Amino acid sequence: MGSKYHDKVISDPLVSGDGEAVINVPIEGWRETFSMFCGNFVAVMGALGIIIVILVSIIGPIILDADPFEMVGTPLSEPFGEFLLGTDYLGRDVFAGIVYGAKPTVLIAISSTLITVVVGLSIGALSGFYGGWIDNVLMRITEFFQVLPSIVLAMVLVAVFEPGLISIIFAIGITHWTSLARLTRAEFLRIKERELVLAQRAIGATNMRLIWRVILPNALPPLIISMTLTVGICILFEAALSFLGLNDPDTITWGLMIGLSRDFFFEAWWTVTFPGLAILLTVLCIALIGDGLNDALNPKLRQR
Amino acid sequence: MNQAIENSIEPVLDVRSLCVDFDTKRGPVRVLDDISFSLNAGSTLGIVGESGCGKSMTALALMGLVPSPPGRISSGEILLHGENLLEASKKRMRALRGDKISMIFQEPMTSLNPVYTVGNQVAESIIYHQNVTKEEAREQVIELLRSVQIPAPERRIDEYPHQLSGGMRQRVMIAMALACEPLVLIADEPTTALDVTVQAQIFELLLEIQKQRNIAIILITHDMGAIAELADDVVVMYAGHKIEEGSTIEVINDPLHPYTQGLLRCMPDIGEDDSEVRQPLFEIVGNVPDLANRGAGCPFAPRCTARVDECSTLPETQLLKDGRRVKCWRPQSTMPMPEVTAS
Repeated sequence: MGSKYHDKVISDPLVSGDGEAVINVPIEGWRETFSMFCGNFVAVMGALGIIIVILVSIIGPIILDADPFEMVGTPLSEPFGEFLLGTDYLGRDVFAGIVYGAKPTVLIAISSTLITVVVGLSIGALSGFYGGWIDNVLMRITEFFQVLPSIVLAMVLVAVFEPGLISIIFAIGITHWTSLARLTRAEFLRIKERELVLAQRAIGATNMRLIWRVILPNALPPLIISMTLTVGICILFEAALSFLGLNDPDTITWGLMIGLSRDFFFEAWWTVTFPGLAILLTVLCIALIGDGLNDALNPKLRQR
Repeated sequence: MNQAIENSIEPVLDVRSLCVDFDTKRGPVRVLDDISFSLNAGSTLGIVGESGCGKSMTALALMGLVPSPPGRISSGEILLHGENLLEASKKRMRALRGDKISMIFQEPMTSLNPVYTVGNQVAESIIYHQNVTKEEAREQVIELLRSVQIPAPERRIDEYPHQLSGGMRQRVMIAMALACEPLVLIADEPTTALDVTVQAQIFELLLEIQKQRNIAIILITHDMGAIAELADDVVVMYAGHKIEEGSTIEVINDPLHPYTQGLLRCMPDIGEDDSEVRQPLFEIVGNVPDLANRGAGCPFAPRCTARVDECSTLPETQLLKDGRRVKCWRPQSTMPMPEVTAS
């Protein structure tokens, strides 16, 4: 990366002869971040993995004409035989389940993580930045959510509303923002004491600007890691809710598949292993993307 | 410029009996006590004193950035161009900050935002206060960077703070502070974090900018050498009090307050050394008192070698000739202070 950067600098046009400054087009920050991201092999692998998962979730059900709930073969038939990934205890095709389960699983994971991020970042940022009574009130609310067992709270929420995709997403999001809020608050408390914030105030920056444009970008690295981990946690939590029968029973998800087949873990390993692998790989890919983004967004690492 | 010339008759900045209190559990603690000074366009006021004596707090008070809570400005007036900053609304204050009154900080390493390019940060200051497009701001930024003597500003503008040396970063900070042609520039120990050669360059730059733009500079430092070189007038502070004030030449040649005399003797003297034995550097014994449990008397009394009985009450500020002021019961005019016998 080093030499590439250097070349670019040297080839930059400087001041032209007649004293008129040639103003360079500013290097697009996003383009630079993107090229940095693309230079990171592991991160690109993660991105490819996620693209595959998303493609499968969209195109899979169109190409593969099957019903994941239909009994198509002998129960508990081994993988790599008649069925690519075998069948479960009711003779349902595991492969079809994974393909059809991709969409709801990914949708639930991403949407509930988004809720987590929006709520967690806002509450953490406001509470860390303003301190005082705002911090007190917001942190007591956060603690209220932390103290309640999240599975119980989610169950209540889903039971009150109709079980379904929306209520599941909502329930997971509402129960998982607390740790992100606390982390954001801690980072804000640390960074707001730094001189750069005072220096920004001294040139007349507004509070909103300080929060979103000055402190937040500096707080991002640990937050990005936490967000990517949240995606994994959301998938697993959805599995738990599905297992308890709180998801729409007509929607197949990877978590539901594991939950239903858990009694046959020793007799038929494939019934839980393949959906589990799907979850593992998806979470891993997201974590790799997060890590790559983290490096790409950090200007200090750009020239290395 | 015309405006600046008009102002040269009236002070640009006039601070009148400024007091700042910090509310603690044990009651309010006065960190700035009755600070007054004024500043004309194109002149430099030095504020000296050791750590914790209220220099930086004075700067923050002028900017309206006293950390609150627990701090609050309890009384006084800060008149910028006749406008009392202490009565200004938050919005007005934000508009003035960086526009009419701006500040550069001690640590250029930590006062720039590491995630944005320097151009971006300087441009921000322009965009806050002026109605310009991004392209216009960019052109202005390049000019500004050139005026603070950053080589190849067209290229530097797209670099990140960590790619610049300490001196360059401080120049960027200065460019940020100058972006909107301020009337007053507060330099809070601008060279403490820099090495000596760079210090000299930065001082040179400040002087040149002052000459070009006719701005008033408040230079906060503990370096008497810097004061001697740059400041027209000097205010010596101790434990939140202004203990001596006057033109730099007079204060340095004829310090009246025992503390100022001590400060000047603390400066290492580089010259030919005839004596075989090196003289140890002078030291003012003791520390700045804890502001919370300070007695009623002269704040410097516990460390003063010329202490007399009267020092147990707070001295009045005495106005001497040529606008010199000193807050001491027994100002002594002799420069080297041998044993002063208390009569």
